[in-house]
Amino acid sequence: MNSAFKFLDTSIGRKVLMSLTGLFLCTFLIVHVSGNMQLFKNDYGLAFNQYSVFMTTFTPIKVVSYLLYLTIILHAISGFRLTMQNRAARKISYGATKDPRSSSWASKNMGILGTIILLFLVTHMANFWFKYKFGDVPYVQYMLDVNSGEVLGAPVGLTDSGHMKPHELMASDANGQPVKLVIVRDLYNVVKIAFQETWLVVLYLLGMIALAYHLVHGFQSSFQSLGIRHPSYASLIQGIGVWVFGILIPLLFAAMPVYFYFMKS
Amino acid sequence: MSGNMNLTLKVWRQKSQNAQGAFETYEAKNISPDMSFLEMMDVVNEDLIKAGKEPIAFDHDCREGICGMCSMYINGRAHGPLKGVTTCQLHMRSFSSGETITIEPWRASAFPVLRDLVVDRTAFERIQQAGGYVSVNTGSVPDANAIPISKENADEAFLSAACIGCGACVAACKNSSAMLFVSAKVSQYALLPQGNVERKERVLKMVSQMDQEGFGNCSNTEACEAECPKEIKVTNIARMNREFLRAKLFS
Repeated sequence: MNSAFKFLDTSIGRKVLMSLTGLFLCTFLIVHVSGNMQLFKNDYGLAFNQYSVFMTTFTPIKVVSYLLYLTIILHAISGFRLTMQNRAARKISYGATKDPRSSSWASKNMGILGTIILLFLVTHMANFWFKYKFGDVPYVQYMLDVNSGEVLGAPVGLTDSGHMKPHELMASDANGQPVKLVIVRDLYNVVKIAFQETWLVVLYLLGMIALAYHLVHGFQSSFQSLGIRHPSYASLIQGIGVWVFGILIPLLFAAMPVYFYFMKS
Repeated sequence: MSGNMNLTLKVWRQKSQNAQGAFETYEAKNISPDMSFLEMMDVVNEDLIKAGKEPIAFDHDCREGICGMCSMYINGRAHGPLKGVTTCQLHMRSFSSGETITIEPWRASAFPVLRDLVVDRTAFERIQQAGGYVSVNTGSVPDANAIPISKENADEAFLSAACIGCGACVAACKNSSAMLFVSAKVSQYALLPQGNVERKERVLKMVSQMDQEGFGNCSNTEACEAECPKEIKVTNIARMNREFLRAKLFS
């Protein structure tokens, strides 16, 4: 244990910690963006709401989510320490500086980008995670076709939310036809309402731009810090960093607030 | 002579390590474009001496680009505007007449300014002494090629060994990190069978000394590789990280 702490107190150890926590957060982003794609489903938010129940109640996911919170904190604290040490390593700055030929803007501003992402995360968790966990997100009832599972219209709000649990039951509609009822908390509606706010949509877009730049450098840099670099796959890592983590994932995330902002039902 | 240049120099002047420094402006008149940058500095210093003023202190030795002594941060770049060149191999034809040139010492907490443009780079020597060597018992001359080395490894080790320890990597790095220098020194031994005996201790000791000297951490901005006069590659840094992890985790 002691030697592990000693390892993390070396310059290379600190960078290895940044790499490993960063790459873990990258894998989380893949899960998060895939799950949230259900927001685009044309089912009045049923799939998304059921997914939300699964993500907050399934034990292995809960364990991983606590690991995730810990990783975010570790990555942020470690990044802050690195930035402070790096600043202390040059107390007097140059009078004239030209940007070195090959450094990307992102690589020189990881601390600032990380801070923007952290601020975004705090807002993001307050908006949805905190509301869902501790706030009052009301239950709604979806009516589904028994055979096809198709959602038959918008859900209706339920008043008695206090001791309710998500559940499904069989019933019959006004014409006496059998239907399936799904009762679940309506996080989808919280998302929909939140993204009517222009400033919040702008904030989310800024957050995603910061994320994109952070990952364009961060993804490939983490492999370099781990010593994983060879001409045979260096361009592959670079490509994944730019196209998947720098462009595709932030773009899909950014599409979510934009989608709801212009939906305005 | 026609074609000679007149330049304005903004030079960092500082009496001693703890004195307050400041930029001072000098005129460099009638400078031949064929002069090296250091020869231009010599001309300016001659004028200063004639005028009864203190000449500008700067480091230099071989003036052939191989000793690693010259160390000027010229117009916002370590060793000036050219790629793969030390200050002594930079010529005035790389500038234009009438230009203002800013000249500063390397800036790093681990490289304190001793006087004007001279910095103390003994931190590099202490890192080298910590593990940048091979221990061999002296004896009679060994046979040539007694130890087989692949051509690839020999070439790669030679490229790493090209590092002259000038400190441009530290000067160019936004974090004043010494990773490129240390990784070049670690690599040149890690690639050769002679270095294998002390492979683990070497990287641990050298990194430990590097951290003690107060250099920053590596952000992988790769500014060091772009500014290195000997074009040492950042793949050396990845190799050092590998060597370090190997020594820490698998020994």
